[in-house]
Amino acid sequence: MKFREIPTAALVLGVNVTDHDLTFRGLSDVLQDNITPYVALLEAKDCPGIKNLMQKLMGQLMKCDIDVDSLEDEDCVQVSQNKIRCSMPSLISWYDSVTKKTDSETPSKKRNSSSRHWQSPPVVVIFKDMESFTTKVLQDFIVISSQHIHELPLVLIFGIATSPMIIHRLLPHPVSSLLCIELFQSLSCKEHLSTIIDKLLLTSQFPFKLGEKVLQVLINIFLYHDFSVQNFIKGFQLCIVEHFYSQPLSVLCCHLVDIKKRVYSLSHDQCENIRRLPSFRRYVEKQDSGKQIELLTNDSFLKEETEKLLEDLHVYHENYVQILRCLHVFTSSLPKYPLGKQIRELHCACLENRVWETEEYESSLQLARMLNKTDLVTMLQQCVEILMSSSGKEFDRAVEKLKEFLTQFQNLEVAEASQERGVSVSPQKELQKKTDLYHLQKTLLELKESRRSKKLTKFEMLRFEVVDYIDSLVRRYLVPADERTLHEIMYFNAAAVLRGHLNAAPRTALHTALNSPHWYLKNQALRYDGGGISNKAPDICIVYKLHLECGRLINLVDWLEAFSTVVMAAEEPNADEASSDQVDDVIHARFIRAVSELELLGFIKPSKQKTDHVARLTWGGC
Amino acid sequence: LAKKNKEQKMGNLVEEYFEAHSSSKVLTSDRTLQKLRKRRLDQQTLHDLLKNAPLAYAAEIRDLNQQHESLFSKWMLQLHLGFNIVLYGLGSKRDLLEKFRTSLLQDSVHLVVNGYFPSITVRSILNSITEEVLDHIGTFRSPLDQLEFITKRFKEDSSLELYVLIHNLDSQMLRGERSQQILAQLSSLPSIYLIASIDHINAPLMWDQAKLSLYNWLWYETTTFNPYVEETSYENSLLVQQSGSLALSSLMHVLHSLTLNARGIFRLLAQYQLEKKDNPSYPGLSFQDFYQQCREAFLVNSDLTLRAQLTEFRDHKLIRTKRGADGVEYLIIPVDDSTLTDFLEKEDEDV
Repeated sequence: MKFREIPTAALVLGVNVTDHDLTFRGLSDVLQDNITPYVALLEAKDCPGIKNLMQKLMGQLMKCDIDVDSLEDEDCVQVSQNKIRCSMPSLISWYDSVTKKTDSETPSKKRNSSSRHWQSPPVVVIFKDMESFTTKVLQDFIVISSQHIHELPLVLIFGIATSPMIIHRLLPHPVSSLLCIELFQSLSCKEHLSTIIDKLLLTSQFPFKLGEKVLQVLINIFLYHDFSVQNFIKGFQLCIVEHFYSQPLSVLCCHLVDIKKRVYSLSHDQCENIRRLPSFRRYVEKQDSGKQIELLTNDSFLKEETEKLLEDLHVYHENYVQILRCLHVFTSSLPKYPLGKQIRELHCACLENRVWETEEYESSLQLARMLNKTDLVTMLQQCVEILMSSSGKEFDRAVEKLKEFLTQFQNLEVAEASQERGVSVSPQKELQKKTDLYHLQKTLLELKESRRSKKLTKFEMLRFEVVDYIDSLVRRYLVPADERTLHEIMYFNAAAVLRGHLNAAPRTALHTALNSPHWYLKNQALRYDGGGISNKAPDICIVYKLHLECGRLINLVDWLEAFSTVVMAAEEPNADEASSDQVDDVIHARFIRAVSELELLGFIKPSKQKTDHVARLTWGGC
Repeated sequence: LAKKNKEQKMGNLVEEYFEAHSSSKVLTSDRTLQKLRKRRLDQQTLHDLLKNAPLAYAAEIRDLNQQHESLFSKWMLQLHLGFNIVLYGLGSKRDLLEKFRTSLLQDSVHLVVNGYFPSITVRSILNSITEEVLDHIGTFRSPLDQLEFITKRFKEDSSLELYVLIHNLDSQMLRGERSQQILAQLSSLPSIYLIASIDHINAPLMWDQAKLSLYNWLWYETTTFNPYVEETSYENSLLVQQSGSLALSSLMHVLHSLTLNARGIFRLLAQYQLEKKDNPSYPGLSFQDFYQQCREAFLVNSDLTLRAQLTEFRDHKLIRTKRGADGVEYLIIPVDDSTLTDFLEKEDEDV
């Protein structure tokens, strides 16, 4: 390291700023445990100027020092930060006193590293969001601290959301040359998403499950809007809240061991609720008539049946996950990934409808039939591992079958090795001898003929068998959840609710309310189709519709007149011309109210461009 | 197909934008409110008129509100689970929030913030928390310090709970970056429950990712169709008489308390200004000319008395002086021509 250079770590963290908090907290904990007790975390919003920055920095350093120390020496003076002048020299003198003290005291302290790695532990300053700091503050801080790097061993950590280029854009050359930068990358947020889906959704540990639509909404918000893992978790939390709040049967959404107890404590009403579930009704229709009557009238019989069905559901889910992983092993290596590269896409596809009826599945099976042997063998091995890891006994047979396949492949290898020599004279060799174009064509045609009629080799036969077996497994276990009985208890499916709460569109709501008020106000008079202006609509809707017809500027007088024409047309039948002036005033007042409401909503604003005009802030029909 | 449709719609939107902004020429009629033979309404008469006008579709609106009210207990649950609630949709949500407050928050500590109030600031919100809720007397150097204090107190004392209701979080005074940052940090405290309403179409623009995650919003569409009575009462509408500029009634009022000569002086200036109203480059009447005219009409006898009179006018904001390019003082009346005409007519009637 050169003279006066500050060691700096630049962490490239990605655009999901909301998740960085956790990362930094983890980082500072690790640093504090393993390297140095002096870690300060600075945020841009606390540091508008260099003075605030120093104040914050010193406050955090001294406080965190006191935190660590407090166990050991009680008499550590609780220095109030306000009394010390916040400057580099005072920081240095503080640092000296702290390090001196630890040096002079018993060296057997477990905490301090001063005797272990460093003579004096470094002071780590973390800048959480590099992009939002003002350049002036950053520059000043770096220049100042580089002057004192001998007395105060500083280490800087920059959290960067965009790209490392930003360091050079924010800091001019003389300043950035004071830093000795080492770049670190963090995991991309997509990987975090896969981990979460893997650990949270694709396990049988948690009885609560997400339906296809809901999962799609959550994933879409993640991939198309914010890349934020925290928001994904928030969405998941909301799903849980919604499910347990709105679904009366969600009491039954529990672990296998509790099912029996809970089912038998159900009241009659809850039993009725079960009978009302659409999936249960489908189930009842399939039973014979005697059982139907029992199910619909006898509560205790229903409870027994319910318990069985719920256990089935648990078993189904366990099997589902394992087979899904197996299928993923196959599909994730196919060219062009017809069923998706990630397991979440496969999961969605399986939840959506019967996966074996889709075109993508068809094409992926076709591709799987063309796999070469080594790939196929490794895949089968992976599948065996996955199936072995499952706790249920369901897959014993499947595992056996797959193992059998594997040994067959091995046998094949031996057999093939011996065969190899016999068929060494391949037609290709003959091909090279010919030079004549005519003959070449002829042989090629022959070759093609022969290939078509060629009998399948043993390997190919076996391959077909394997693929067919996998196919049968898929058909058996990957039935979409909404075809299972009582799936409503475990699966949350209200995607519209979720989208409304997480990813709302206030503008659309306003537009709908203003454009077609009958959507909200259930009155027959408002049902007016066509693009015209209904004179029975609320005032603000009329004013809004009139304003849609204007360009960039709106003349208030004309607007008022148009409004009063529309409103008068509505009132004409029952107005007896008592006092037109009075009516006029009322209309005028209503117009004023509607216009100022539109102004509050942000559709128009007063304009100085022309007298008595307002400017329109939206364009087109919205 | 749906996607294609959407794309087409998007394309139309873009075209519409450029269509709307293509030419700087404005194609509207030149009529102004002045030409309308109607008196301007002031705030009070407007209020009275509207109070008498029946609200359309009252029954349907009541139904709507009942629908929203059925969500109250759900809101409470979600607030306690760490979410904050934001209401959007057409119509004033003030009554709804007020109903929520009276029906569920009667026994708990709560704070109502009227965001539409023109002199509300974040500092006043923070002050009411520290003073009323935390019983802390003392001042803070900056809102950030104050926020830190509040955070500390709420973290120390887990029994403290506070519901904050903010009407119009997107109002003129609260929509600034710093205010939103502070409110967001406040709302991220686990024992502060925030429920707010927004109205402006571009309100979500004030929140970036970081603030959104601090706020942890759950969005609820509560279209009420209630008129924005309180919210717009502070908004100086174009059609209501503005208190900032001089109105005819106040003009008359001031002038009636002056001496005859002073009224004459003002009349003279007003007449002169009206004569020149078609000349857009009219800078006003220069002091010297004005003095000359006043002397001729026997209204003043010395330079000094005229100056004294003009100072009095200026104090009442009846006239404004402007220094022209040649260094001469020009006098004008900062009132629009129609009001001035009305004034002269009235004056003639009186005399």
